[in-house]
Amino acid sequence: MLLDAVFVLLILTNLILLGSSLLSASIRIVAVQGAVLGVLPFLAMAPDRLGRVLFLAVLTVALKGGVFPWLLNRALREVHVRREVAPLVGYSVSLALGIGLLALAFWLGGRIRDIGLGVSVLSLSTALFMMFTGLFLVISRQKALSQVLGFLVLENGIYAFGLLVVVNIHWLIELGVLLDVFVAVFIMGVAIDQISRAFDHMDVDQMNHLKG
Amino acid sequence: MNVVACVQTVLVLLLAPLLPGVINRTKAFFAGRQGPPVLQLYFDLWKLAQKGAVYSRTTTWVFRAGPIVGLAAVLVALFLTPFGKSAAPLAFGGDLILFAYLLGLMRFMTVMAALDTGSSFEGMGASREAFFSMLAEPAFLIGLVAVARVTGSLSLSGMLANVSAETWLRVGPALVLIAAAWMVILLAENSRIPVDDPNTHLELTMIHEVMVLDHGGPDFAAILYGAALKLWVMGALLVSLLIPVHPGVLWKNGLMFLGGMFLLAVGIGVVESIMARLRLARVPQLLMGAMALAALAMMLVLK
Amino acid sequence: MTLLVVACGLLLLTGLGALLLQRRPRGAAVFGVSGTVAAAMLGLYPCLRVLLGGSAELMCLPWPVPGGAFAVGLDAVSAVFLIPVLFVAALSAIYGVEYLQPFREGPAAGRSWFYYNVLVASMVMVLLARNGLLFLMAWECMSLASFFLVMYESEKPGVREAGWVYLVATHLGTACLVAMFVLLGREAGSLDFGRIGALPPAVAAAAFCLAIIGFGTKAGFVPLHVWLPEAHPAAPSHVSALLSGVMIKTGIYGLVRMLMLLGPPRTEWGWVLIGIGLTSGILGVAYALAQHDLKRLLAYHSVENIGIIALGLGVGVLGLSTGHPLIAQLGFGGALLHVVNHALFKSLLFLGAGAVVHATGTRDIDHLGGLAKVMPWTAAAFFVGAVAISGLPPLNGFVSEFLVYYGSFLSCLESGARAALPFIGAIVGLALIGGLASACFAKAFGIVFLGEPRTEQGRSAHDPGWTMRLPMLILAMACGAIGLGAPWAVRAMRPAVALLTHEPTAIIFTGTGNVLDLLGGLTECFWALVGLVGILGLGRWVLLRGRVVRQGLTWDCGYAVPSPRMQYTASSFAQWFVDWFRWALRTEHHRSLPQGVFSGTAFMNTETEDGFHEGLFRPVFERARWAFSKLRWIQHGQLQLYVLYIALTLVLLLIWYASHL
Repeated sequence: MLLDAVFVLLILTNLILLGSSLLSASIRIVAVQGAVLGVLPFLAMAPDRLGRVLFLAVLTVALKGGVFPWLLNRALREVHVRREVAPLVGYSVSLALGIGLLALAFWLGGRIRDIGLGVSVLSLSTALFMMFTGLFLVISRQKALSQVLGFLVLENGIYAFGLLVVVNIHWLIELGVLLDVFVAVFIMGVAIDQISRAFDHMDVDQMNHLKG
Repeated sequence: MNVVACVQTVLVLLLAPLLPGVINRTKAFFAGRQGPPVLQLYFDLWKLAQKGAVYSRTTTWVFRAGPIVGLAAVLVALFLTPFGKSAAPLAFGGDLILFAYLLGLMRFMTVMAALDTGSSFEGMGASREAFFSMLAEPAFLIGLVAVARVTGSLSLSGMLANVSAETWLRVGPALVLIAAAWMVILLAENSRIPVDDPNTHLELTMIHEVMVLDHGGPDFAAILYGAALKLWVMGALLVSLLIPVHPGVLWKNGLMFLGGMFLLAVGIGVVESIMARLRLARVPQLLMGAMALAALAMMLVLK
Repeated sequence: MTLLVVACGLLLLTGLGALLLQRRPRGAAVFGVSGTVAAAMLGLYPCLRVLLGGSAELMCLPWPVPGGAFAVGLDAVSAVFLIPVLFVAALSAIYGVEYLQPFREGPAAGRSWFYYNVLVASMVMVLLARNGLLFLMAWECMSLASFFLVMYESEKPGVREAGWVYLVATHLGTACLVAMFVLLGREAGSLDFGRIGALPPAVAAAAFCLAIIGFGTKAGFVPLHVWLPEAHPAAPSHVSALLSGVMIKTGIYGLVRMLMLLGPPRTEWGWVLIGIGLTSGILGVAYALAQHDLKRLLAYHSVENIGIIALGLGVGVLGLSTGHPLIAQLGFGGALLHVVNHALFKSLLFLGAGAVVHATGTRDIDHLGGLAKVMPWTAAAFFVGAVAISGLPPLNGFVSEFLVYYGSFLSCLESGARAALPFIGAIVGLALIGGLASACFAKAFGIVFLGEPRTEQGRSAHDPGWTMRLPMLILAMACGAIGLGAPWAVRAMRPAVALLTHEPTAIIFTGTGNVLDLLGGLTECFWALVGLVGILGLGRWVLLRGRVVRQGLTWDCGYAVPSPRMQYTASSFAQWFVDWFRWALRTEHHRSLPQGVFSGTAFMNTETEDGFHEGLFRPVFERARWAFSKLRWIQHGQLQLYVLYIALTLVLLLIWYASHL
């Protein structure tokens, strides 16, 4: 029951992200999402590996709930942008599409559950929906910062999916993924900074000027 | 290594310089001249061995090594060559490959020594020699494959000793073709008409002679002697192939073989007397012809 | 086994050390070279032990990657390939220190030692890997490290071009290998070599074809060789030695390993291998003859020698598939021994060529000449290499060719008319290749080292220092040792041959028609040759003692003032051959003939492009470029759309997959 509530919360965060234009709010939402995900292992996993789970949870919450938002907020301050002004897809349309994606995720989740993974449809669908949302954000938003957020959401989805599906996941791989994301966010933070300094904006769609 | 084989080898070492003498006498007979003595090459070798040497300032140790390694290579080839139907002293299975490659080594060293002089004439000769022998080698080896298949042996001594009257009755045509191919190769490899003219003095047209222009004294003696031995070993293969009987007795074999070699020398003399030298550009065709003959023989043997 | 893994680790560590020290080339060189030498010493011991009858080893560690375990193993086949890798790598590294001296400015020299050690380590790993994924990873590391080494002088446009050709070629080959391993892995359920077995014939045939293309690209089978004559000359010479002498053999190793894994070979495979061997061998040496660039000539000779190895493998496969164990032993034995031999003499020749470039600054054969007098050590070493690669007795090249010849002769004796054909082809091919190779090296050695120097640099050249000289001399001695000690060398191949023919080691080469005895006879003749040379040399010395030995001008048919420019050039020497092969070479002649009584300047030069590069691959790639340019609208620089493509593909696949559940 508690687990279901958490999943519903996660789905809601995604929908908010789709509909929000304020960048600082989006950052906060993603931070919340990450922190919730960090707690998820306690609820989903067998309690016999508590030490390991605890370690991972602390690391995840610290990174996704603390370090990433701080980094992103810093980048936001540097570039003086508050809103995603002109997204390629409008916010209401985004939300509509998001509902479509949610339906797709539930359908897929049901099909995948049928293989016999022994997890609930809701959890699978939530993970899939998170990935779709992440991808959608990357595709539909112009500001580099929004894309970083999309990327983070995508990664959250992958993380949740892995948590649910792969029962005995190797801790090295989890750590590796975490490290990967950290480096990615770090580098993107630096890159956003550099892009905005060089071009006076951080619109990714104008990068096609660099095309040879 | 048995005593008989050693004695026979020593005999060959002594008799080999006779072949060019016989060839020259034959040519002289056809031309109506008296010609040089049969023993002329012995005199030449003796005279050259008495002399000092002149080396070009351009040359290096390669030039000095050329005649020595060349002669050593052909001597080892001689140790692999049967004396008629009687086995060679160092014969082993597969020696036919080594035989071909020893002659290759001799040629390689001669070519190198020629290039060492820096003379463009010698370079020309070296280039031709390398090219023609590249064409001759496959033909020679195809012939060997065919004879090996007919006789079921992979050593020169074994396969040539196994050529009997029965063999000739069975695959006579193939053997004739091989003999013809080998004869062409023998003429080409030993710088004979119609490929090369050992008597010419026009350097531009020569192959072997032009490569050794700069050698003198004992070095040149080694080259002349090596050339005589090369003629002998290649001739010996041909003659042994053509002798269709295996005389069990030692002296009979020796007599037949030496007689065969004498006849071969006369035959070369006849060829040289009645043919003109081919244009250089035609030589590859001749050698390809030899290859075709050998290949045809191979097919006859395979069927 | 452990020693080899430790050696690998040592190579990587010292490589990293060199990378950190890249601002100090001397320190980086010392670090890198000492690592390579120490690793070679560590690694050679287990290899020799396996070849001298020790048991094979296998080490499996779990690793968090799907498709099997982290499996590394050392058996006789690996050992045969490892020994030249380690030996040549160590010697080339020692040579490289002095060779790279002129490039000391900038970090490139220091960094190159990192790539060098990574290359050696990854080659060792390729030879040890017993898992498809590990193999491919090592293979890719090897390709990339060698790519960076080829690009050493990347400021030159020619070098960049060569590097790109190499990169494209090697990845096309790797793509085939990936496909091959996927195929095998699907069939066996695991990528571990040990689990692959009992394949359906169709799968085995497909895997064999992919292996021929994939490994053949690395090995340099015609027409997949096009990268080789570009990339090998472009690299620094000690790297060329490693690439040409050793790295391309990993392609042969892959093929051999596949022959072991794919089950009983089919007769057609033997035909294919012999066909490849003949084309590569003959065309390789024909192209070599037409070259003016010394290192390019050597690179084409690698193609030729790979052809000889393929001939040996073909003879072995045919022997195996037709049930003639002795022929199979001879074919495989000859091929494996030739792998070792070619590694020795080809790296020797590249090092020699490097010394020439080092001293004169040019690779153009027609600008060199007369170096034997000013560079006697290099000349002697190069001469040994030239004799060895021409397959002339009494050196090692002849021994391996002898085994292949003997196997072919033997099967001509035993098999029926149709079955004998490929063997006759092999014999004729080997004879032709032998003749051409000795002509080519008569040209290479004769024009470069003999006669008079054609330029001022040639006159003032001198031998390199001892650190460059010693590796060449050691390699030359190794060539002589394998030649004069042929029975021992062939004996050492027996465990490897046994693995390929699935027979106990004890009966290899000792069954009917004892090959080791034959080789005894062969070496008797070799020693007779050496002895006779000694005796005759002594004889001449005795004869000439106390007589007048004068120095004079070359007797150039009476011409009194010869000049170096009047010497026969490499192009003239090769003209007969080039003309004869013009159907394949398509050499272009550029000339302006002398005209009138007082003619002005006249010139003539020839240029031989690689026909397969120009005639086959360039049009194909041009066509592909044209076709892809039509697709450029997809490539518009919109990051979001790129992600959309990916996302759409993923989602569609997901839907497709889910609806089929």
